[in-house]
Amino acid sequence: MTLKTLMSGALAAALVAGPMAAAAPAQPKEMFIPLLVYRTGPYAPSGIPIANGFVDYFTLLNERDGGINGVKLTWEECETQYKTDLGIECYEKLKGKGPTGAAVVNPYSTGITYQLIPKASVDKVPVFSMGYGMTAAADGRWFPWVFSFPTTYWSQASAVIRYMAQQEGGMDKLRGKKIVHIFHNSPYGKEANPTLETLARQMGFELTLLAVDHPGQEQGATWLQVRRINPDWIFMSGWGVMNQVAVKEAASKGFKMDHFIGNWWSANESDVVPAGDGAKGYKGATFHAPGTNFKVHADLFKFVYDKGKGGGNKDAVGEALYNRGLVNAMLSAEAIRTAMTKYGNKPLTGEQVRWGMENLNLTEQRLEQLGVKGFTHPIKVTCEDHEGNGPVLIQQWDGKKWTIVSDWISPMRDVVRAKIETAAVEEGKKLGYAMRDCAKEK
Amino acid sequence: MIYREAGQFRTTYASDQAIFPIPQDRWFVVFAAVAAFVIPPLAANEYWLQAVLIPFLIYSLAAIGLNLLTGYAGQLSLGTGGFMAVGAYAAFKLTTALPQLNIVVVFLLSGLIAAGVGLVFGIPSLRIKGFYLAVATLAAQFFLLWLFNKVPWFVNYASSGTITAPNRSVLGVIVTGPNATASVRYVTALALVVVGALVAKNLVRGRVGRSWMAIRDRDIAAEIIGVRPLRTKLLAFGISSFYCGVAGAELVFLYFGSAETLAFDITLSFLVLFMVIIGGLGSILGSFLGAAFIVLVPIFLTNAPQAMGLSLPVALQKQFELMVFGGLIIFFLIVEPHGLARLWQITKEKLRLWPFPH
Amino acid sequence: MTELLYGIAVAPFKDMAGSPAFFAEVLIGGVFAGLMYSLVALGFVLIFKASGVFNFAQGAMVLFAALTLVGLIERGVPVALALVLTTAVMVALAWVIERVVLRPLVNQEHIILFMATIGLTFFLEGFGEMVWGANVKKLDIGIPDRSFIVAGIQINQLELSAAVTSAVLVAVLAVFFQRTRIGRALRAVADDHEAALSIGIPLKTIWMIVWSVAGIVAIVAGIMWGAKSGVQFSLSLIALKSLPVLILGGFTSVPGAIVGGLIIGVGEKMGEVYWGPLVGGAIENWFAYVLALAFLLFRPQGLFGEKIIERV
Repeated sequence: MTLKTLMSGALAAALVAGPMAAAAPAQPKEMFIPLLVYRTGPYAPSGIPIANGFVDYFTLLNERDGGINGVKLTWEECETQYKTDLGIECYEKLKGKGPTGAAVVNPYSTGITYQLIPKASVDKVPVFSMGYGMTAAADGRWFPWVFSFPTTYWSQASAVIRYMAQQEGGMDKLRGKKIVHIFHNSPYGKEANPTLETLARQMGFELTLLAVDHPGQEQGATWLQVRRINPDWIFMSGWGVMNQVAVKEAASKGFKMDHFIGNWWSANESDVVPAGDGAKGYKGATFHAPGTNFKVHADLFKFVYDKGKGGGNKDAVGEALYNRGLVNAMLSAEAIRTAMTKYGNKPLTGEQVRWGMENLNLTEQRLEQLGVKGFTHPIKVTCEDHEGNGPVLIQQWDGKKWTIVSDWISPMRDVVRAKIETAAVEEGKKLGYAMRDCAKEK
Repeated sequence: MIYREAGQFRTTYASDQAIFPIPQDRWFVVFAAVAAFVIPPLAANEYWLQAVLIPFLIYSLAAIGLNLLTGYAGQLSLGTGGFMAVGAYAAFKLTTALPQLNIVVVFLLSGLIAAGVGLVFGIPSLRIKGFYLAVATLAAQFFLLWLFNKVPWFVNYASSGTITAPNRSVLGVIVTGPNATASVRYVTALALVVVGALVAKNLVRGRVGRSWMAIRDRDIAAEIIGVRPLRTKLLAFGISSFYCGVAGAELVFLYFGSAETLAFDITLSFLVLFMVIIGGLGSILGSFLGAAFIVLVPIFLTNAPQAMGLSLPVALQKQFELMVFGGLIIFFLIVEPHGLARLWQITKEKLRLWPFPH
Repeated sequence: MTELLYGIAVAPFKDMAGSPAFFAEVLIGGVFAGLMYSLVALGFVLIFKASGVFNFAQGAMVLFAALTLVGLIERGVPVALALVLTTAVMVALAWVIERVVLRPLVNQEHIILFMATIGLTFFLEGFGEMVWGANVKKLDIGIPDRSFIVAGIQINQLELSAAVTSAVLVAVLAVFFQRTRIGRALRAVADDHEAALSIGIPLKTIWMIVWSVAGIVAIVAGIMWGAKSGVQFSLSLIALKSLPVLILGGFTSVPGAIVGGLIIGVGEKMGEVYWGPLVGGAIENWFAYVLALAFLLFRPQGLFGEKIIERV
């Protein structure tokens, strides 16, 4: 087949398909959710489980419940490779799809999140950057269209410090201890630094910040410095290949692995696998449980995987990042459900879903109904607070799987919220936003 | 038949030295430029403008810049991403410090700043050549990005560590920032690239361009006939960086809207270099063709299976796309190592004689 | 100002003298890292020397080799057999590259060939991922990854074995180039394509051999780097780490790749540990390039590169 016939074939197909799509019955009862995924490229090991978790939960809703309140969910994956320019292409391609347009967008990349934040209010599509993206956007008064619940990098950093203090035997016991923060040398990696610096001053621990340049395959110098400092604790904000190398280096240099805590992008199965047994004891922060011991997973196996509709490999269900995608899909779906209480059980626009996200109140009881009791924490979003200030769990790698080794650790709200509010003013003004009055909402 | 220049006689030197000596060419270019200004803003939807045409125009400008340096002056550079970052961060600093300043002026000023930086990093070119120089320009690439990442002054001490395009208007129309429409941004990018291409075309026809080419073809010989290598090479670095700087500022202000240093990393340098080589070294038209190839082919490959009704898993599709893209690059190089511009020229020759090739 | 000067010119040296054991550890860490870079740089040098191609695809070849090896092992192939099979795959790849890419482009300019290898990179990355998947895979070929302490200096077994491997590899390559018939032919081709052709050296065979050898070097590099980070897509990025080594040592010198690697490895580790904190760290990446640049200003053809003789 020559290129010419191929092209004309494609053209013909498009011409035939075009009118047919237009002739479809008016407004099918479905809502569209764009999925920006990265299943290829250097970050695919993280991207694949997240994408599978997402897709599987939406499939579950459609298969088990027939959608949300009778409205079927549709979605389309678009490959971004974690790159900003591909992210823009995907977003522009997908934002108008479906009868009511994109309901909510999950950018799943720091660069794409920053790129979409200014667009959100213009295109009327809420941006849901769950536990990543711009921390300042957690102040809903300045950023009505951006949501980062259940928690943020800054809350995470404070919760991890609280955990370290608990392990040492009390909040005052951290005084004089040495803590090293190893971070990916990018805006993402640096997010935790100001919070850690403030806490270091308040609690009197000695903080060393060690940057690892992208991509982070060679960290010899970093770990030489770690060896010289001989810290009591290491906290890491890593990404991609940097995680695997760091875990491996720590293990082979003989660092106490149970005093090495990764943030929630540095603690997936794929991050510890290359280090083998050496990774035993490595800890990571998270805001949901790992594993498959919840009712929702049983349903996933029953309604999705046993019917052969699973997005990925059955063995990979329950990986830390798979469950991350699951929680993200669940929170999105619950936000839509919340919005339906106000706007009725019909396909909703992004603007309506935004209201749902802002008024999301996920109680313990509701979590139990969803089959995720104990899987994640109840959460309440308000107009002022798009973060929910959710607590954090610590998980530990035992050589085969992650297990939760802590109670829910609440972040230090007093420190973090003040910082968020200051940053929100600054970032909001940069975009020319004005603060809205939350008393007037609703 | 389609393309005939028989009977066209040039009677003055001026007409013989025109950029487009053949009226058909001239009219075609004018027509294409006018069409580019009018049709897309009216006809194209936001997807086409935002995801295809705007990046195409911006990358074209960067490719013209690199083509001046690599294609005309023969200095291989992999610092393009760094120089574009200089333009972007300079534009951000300028427009936040002086909000009243016209944004187009800001673009040009940031181009000048990038040119200054380019001059500094061009100095090693006096001693180092070929691939050695390419790797030396990588020093610029890595150092500049490190600097922008490290020093919070460049992002106005923002906690997010990113630069964002604020709303700025020209003649009452919002050109940059979240509220600027895609059409306006498209027209702005187009205007800049048209002017840029015209200036570049004239530059390479004149004394400067000829001295660049002399240096490229045989630098010692050029020196003997009186071309000063120092001035010529540095001029090439400066002007090339000016173009890259403006393109970098556009990249953030007209396309991304917001960016971190990772947006300018080494892959961007390589991307622009691909455009220049695929399009044709030493050809302004080639810069456009190369940018079109690199921007459009992946998008076409991504969307083609869907348009044909095939639904492949996205991962498989992307891998397939990479393979085809790589294969196409090799294919085109084998068919015509001198780039798409040369292919276009051959087509023109053929059209000139068609349908009677003898 | 004086404080800054003190920080640059005095404090680091006092620091080095103050804890000699740690200084030795930095040096050894640098040497090991440098040899790891050399492993990748070697592949570049081999191909550039024989065919004048700056093979951008070397990183992708490392990735592809490692993926193939680990993929085979995961499917239950014994390690030794997997190694043989991977070698066969790399030789086959070399044959295909010679047939499809190099032969049609013979006599083209350097930059065109360079671009063709970039096309090759895209192809190999897509193909490798399509066949073997994008997940991180553990590469376990039985090298223990623990540290031991000698005279207060911590030494990592894996890094040590990587260093020994690269040293052996270089020795073997040197013998291969200097003492064998094929080696002599390779050197002849490197010196002058046309002269080599005219005395009956089959250029195409030589190219295939060189690409095969580069493929085998890629397997070794893939094993060593893969043991550090697991086998994953990012392996193709290590090419960038070896570029400063390449310019420093010269594109055409095998010993240059080793010496360059040592200088870059030690230089960047010392820079990062002793001078990095002054400016906030993470300077390793550009520091290596600046170091290489500084050398180049004195020797534009690299430390061991062939002297450039220019005539009109």
